[in-house]
Amino acid sequence: MLTIRDLGAKVEEKQILNGIDLKVNAGEIHAIMGPNGSGKSTLASVLAGREDYEVTGGTVDFEGKDLLTLKPEERAREGIFMAFQYPVEIPGVSTINFMKTAINQIRNHRGQQPLDAVSFLSLMKEKMKLVGIDQSLLNRSLNEGFSGGEKKRNEIFQMAMLDPKLAILDETDSGLDIDALRIVANGVNKLRSKNNAIIVVTHYQRLLDYIVPDFVHVLYNGKIVKSGKKELALELEAKGYDWIKNEVAVL
Amino acid sequence: MSSTSTTHDLNREIADAFRRTEFPSSRELREEAIHHFEKLGLPGNKNEEYRFTPITRALEPMLSAGFGETPSPITDITPYLIPGYECNCIVFVNGQYNEKLSRIISPENQLTVRSLHRASEEKSVLVRDYLGKLVDFKTDAFAAFNTALWKDGVFIHVPANTILDKPILVLHVHDANHQPVISPTRLLMIIGERSEASIVEKFDTIGMHPVFSSWVDEIVVGEKATLNYCKIQNDAGSLYQVASTLIHQHDGSKVNTFTLTLRGKIIRNNFTIAVDGERCESHFYGLYLLDKDTLADNHTTVDHRQPNSFTNELYKGIMNGNSRGVFNGKIYVRPHAQKTNAFQSNRNILLSDTAVVHTKPQLEIWADDVKCSHGCTSGQLDEEALFYLQSRGIDKANAQALLLYAFAGEILEPMKDEILKKYLHSIISERLHKSL
Repeated sequence: MLTIRDLGAKVEEKQILNGIDLKVNAGEIHAIMGPNGSGKSTLASVLAGREDYEVTGGTVDFEGKDLLTLKPEERAREGIFMAFQYPVEIPGVSTINFMKTAINQIRNHRGQQPLDAVSFLSLMKEKMKLVGIDQSLLNRSLNEGFSGGEKKRNEIFQMAMLDPKLAILDETDSGLDIDALRIVANGVNKLRSKNNAIIVVTHYQRLLDYIVPDFVHVLYNGKIVKSGKKELALELEAKGYDWIKNEVAVL
Repeated sequence: MSSTSTTHDLNREIADAFRRTEFPSSRELREEAIHHFEKLGLPGNKNEEYRFTPITRALEPMLSAGFGETPSPITDITPYLIPGYECNCIVFVNGQYNEKLSRIISPENQLTVRSLHRASEEKSVLVRDYLGKLVDFKTDAFAAFNTALWKDGVFIHVPANTILDKPILVLHVHDANHQPVISPTRLLMIIGERSEASIVEKFDTIGMHPVFSSWVDEIVVGEKATLNYCKIQNDAGSLYQVASTLIHQHDGSKVNTFTLTLRGKIIRNNFTIAVDGERCESHFYGLYLLDKDTLADNHTTVDHRQPNSFTNELYKGIMNGNSRGVFNGKIYVRPHAQKTNAFQSNRNILLSDTAVVHTKPQLEIWADDVKCSHGCTSGQLDEEALFYLQSRGIDKANAQALLLYAFAGEILEPMKDEILKKYLHSIISERLHKSL
């Protein structure tokens, strides 16, 4: 589904990614871990198409398309979704209105008729139940005054609504207490299928107790320096990142 | 004096034109006003109040061409109405009150509407007591110009203890298809004690000749009365306008105003509220969505003369193209006006590198036990918010429109008149989608 080859990226003249290679197939969950400043969120942002990042080399193939040439909205329409680490507060735009606009633009892109009000509402009700989010929250201005947990839950709600092929969860666990973490992870697990894939970007192993990855990659200095199965995450949790840094230093 | 030699001649020409004209009413007041006008002269570019608004220069060629009659063949006002709005409709065509096109549906015991000339002939006590009393023609040249030269006007009276259930729509239609139009016009409105009334003023121009609309509203809001006032400036042609709205509030009265400016060449709104009573509550909202070379200048004055009142002012602007916005907000709190709460905010979004906004809060507070605040911001659209919307599949143009609409829409939220609100939403939405 997704093939990243030798991807490099910089922001404001600072090189952050130094040759990332990663292959993600349908049905898989990949965890990307690593210490602060290793480039995890940059990778997520580059995949979603954030403009501040300049790609300096490499390729990203998504279902046969050159992802890097697409605008952010085109990537979303092709089936890429990023759950933001810091979801943006937008006063005056309700989540419902926002989702209606997004879904209909995506449908239009696919040559489908816009969803009528009844179908939209029933789709929304179904997904609300799935992630355990309240309608009153969705009537309010997008993320404005939401708690950390509500914001992240809203991200997963949007993911459920848009039904992406590839979801990238950028530090979705940050700022969540254990209950909120469980609710969010449950939502993600329910959305998992053999047709879609998920990349989980996280600092801590904690989230991976709930969203169990097939593969774990360690990112350090803008490169994937170690890959393994889910046990690698446990090892990192036990030993910290220093041994990885030492290992890299030896090489 | 800041007048140039050309405007100097122009000022004399205007005064001469005044002396040649037979006016049907208010001769004494007019004489006094023209006397002040000759002393003041039209404001030049060194006049602080018109520093960013070169309207005098723009008007020179038009005003020197004289003040002839400008008849218009317009007989159908349907295109200018607000869809589905059941209202008392007062129509001015090229500054002339048109009784035939106007339609008053409220009963006479709730609402009196008269041509201002006729009301003066009938020796209305209210007209005698209030006309020219709120507007300051001793220091404001455009007010003096209007007070001396107003062609026609309307007198509106809502007696005491009356809830006027149908709003009043004042249509100002300018037909500049055949010639330039100069329309000094006047409105005097008195709302009696414990009464409530809503008025909407809507300006429309057809034709491409220039139009100078000089407009003065004087509105008295009686004790415990409520006024809802809305002004819609959406002129397709080349409109130059100096519109002064002066509102006088008595004890316990409430005023809500909304000023929407979308189009025109140079639009100057003078908005002056005298809070001359205790326990008054007022909200003043303004929105200007500008593009091309439109200049919109909102000068507001909130004058707290009595203690214990509350006012809140919020003006927002979105500017694109080469447009210019000016906001000048004065708040006066007189020594006697203790326990005043007065708030002011002006927020702007600039969409192009060539759009400009000048914003200036001006607070003068002589009382010591008051709560006052002001703030102004100007900036671009939030890039992070744009990216967030795009990352969900919404293209950039729609994402921008969504964000701008949310920014602008906040201003309409408090409005209670649902039909009017819907109409305003629709013209704002149309503008935001078109200009992007």
